[in-house]
Amino acid sequence: MNILQSFKMAIKSIMGNKMRSFLTMLGIIIGVASVIILVSLVNGQMSYMTESFESMGTNQISVNVTNLSTRSVSVDEMYEFYEENRSLFGQMSPMVNIATTVKNGNQSLTTTSVSGVSEEYLDLKDQTLEAGRFIQYSDILSRQKVCVVGYFVAWDLYGGVEEALNQTIKIGGNAYQIVGVVSRENEDELEEGGSDDFIYLPYSCAVKMSRNANINSYIFTTADLNYTTEAKEAIDAFLLDIFKDEDLYNITAMSEMLDSLNSMITMMSALLGGIAGISLLVAGVGVMNIMLVSVTERTREIGIRKALGAKKRVIMQQFVIEAAMTSTMGGIIGIILGAVATTVVGNAMGMNATPTPSAVAISFTVSVGIGLLFGYMPASRAANLNPIDALRVE
Amino acid sequence: MEEPLIELKDIYKIYHMGSEEVRASDGVSLTICRGEFVAIVGKSGSGKSTLMNIIGALDVPTSGEYYLGGEDVSHMSDNQLAEIRNKMIGFIFQQYNLLPKLNLLENVELPLLYAGLGASERKERAMASLERVGLKEKWKNLPSQLSGGQQQRVSIARALAGSPSLILADEPTGALDSRTSREVLDFLKQLNREGNTIVMITHDNSIAMEARRVVRVFDGKINFDGDVNEYSAIL
Repeated sequence: MNILQSFKMAIKSIMGNKMRSFLTMLGIIIGVASVIILVSLVNGQMSYMTESFESMGTNQISVNVTNLSTRSVSVDEMYEFYEENRSLFGQMSPMVNIATTVKNGNQSLTTTSVSGVSEEYLDLKDQTLEAGRFIQYSDILSRQKVCVVGYFVAWDLYGGVEEALNQTIKIGGNAYQIVGVVSRENEDELEEGGSDDFIYLPYSCAVKMSRNANINSYIFTTADLNYTTEAKEAIDAFLLDIFKDEDLYNITAMSEMLDSLNSMITMMSALLGGIAGISLLVAGVGVMNIMLVSVTERTREIGIRKALGAKKRVIMQQFVIEAAMTSTMGGIIGIILGAVATTVVGNAMGMNATPTPSAVAISFTVSVGIGLLFGYMPASRAANLNPIDALRVE
Repeated sequence: MEEPLIELKDIYKIYHMGSEEVRASDGVSLTICRGEFVAIVGKSGSGKSTLMNIIGALDVPTSGEYYLGGEDVSHMSDNQLAEIRNKMIGFIFQQYNLLPKLNLLENVELPLLYAGLGASERKERAMASLERVGLKEKWKNLPSQLSGGQQQRVSIARALAGSPSLILADEPTGALDSRTSREVLDFLKQLNREGNTIVMITHDNSIAMEARRVVRVFDGKINFDGDVNEYSAIL
């Protein structure tokens, strides 16, 4: 009596009870499919978020300080520090965000992000110009009312890049001259509040408009990603020396945020996978239940087989293989269903979600395991039936 | 003197039902030689089923010794018993006990499958066995497509397939009408004439008369053991 015979018998038994076999599988199918869908969608979302984080620049370190009347750090001091540690950093820019409306004649935009930046900001953001020039050091020194606008602003307010160049734009009531237009960032859509809806001005002008004496935010880029920790420590030492209190400033490295984002998403993926895993467990109990019913129903058959010389191991093998096959078939159907659903849902949600090989491998292994595990108990009950009692059952 | 096939020595089978002790076999000793055709008769509750279970290696006695073909069966494990049943005993049941989802060939192949025979040899021997009971042409049929008499013939074919030393028939005609009963009994007699050892369990004295030797069980004990002619004399 070899394994092959047991497989043949299992197929026969599964096919002989198509409806019941399908219902048994259904739990496994749903469980496996939901594991795959959830894990794959979360992974798809994760890579989307990671990508957009990376496009913002993983080598960035942003510094926020609290301005106190007693202690503060001035732009000059910050630049001094920057120059002293030039080897660590790529670029640096003060960052002055102003909440204001921008206008061209009667047309106005409220969503535009208006930031005062330094002449290095374009390189820092890894952006390029579509036309014109960027803010220069002399603009900052002389507080020239010039600005560089995003692609959306140029098109929305002026109807084109060339049309916008050298035009006047009103920012918070002050007239600025547009000296440059930044190349389009988002290739897919151009929308209000999107990544092309911004204006850069010299930070010296912005700080005046914001009516603050000092600048609270700075952005650095490290010369190399490996310098992140070192650069962060250098900034920290510098600021601690001035403020004497590490609660008064805050240094955030983008790469660290990316790490924590990744670990958060991994956790979420595991959590959702776990919830779906519970449905697999329930499905396993379903398999066990049906197998127990099957053993009870087939008590007489088992009795006959034993009377004719089937050993315990053989009966055991027959029922375990039947349970494992049922759940494996369910697992395979679930994987196919999950893969199809992932692609469909992923497309509908506008993200690139493909079933991860690990999710497929794990859910397949789990479904086979469930069959073996939950098939074991009914099978051992079958194997231990007394042939005399089993034959007496009608 | 013929070589003994079955040797029961002082067999006891005791069940405990609550505080009550039931002696289903109460000191049975019995020897059956190769080539015999023995009927074991008794009313229900007499202990004949217990005796058949022990002879059929479906159960072990509480005490006593049972040798089947020289092997001590009385202390075997479940798996060893399964092997003994497979190799040495061909069962014929009252309810035929064919597997409803298997066709006739697969049903007859079953003991050969458990004996570990290869596919071609299984098929060859099962077919030969079906031919012997005259059902070779119907090998593809399911048991439900057959009459009761035919089904019993399939179960005889299954019993014969493994060439067992002993054919054990438990009320083989219990579910059949008198005409098909006659057929089955004639077939058993023929098998016996061909040299097979047959033990038949029945509650019916008229069926028992078809055997050559009769053993009567009463209250777990043998209270008659002798030639069929002697038995008919005491009835």
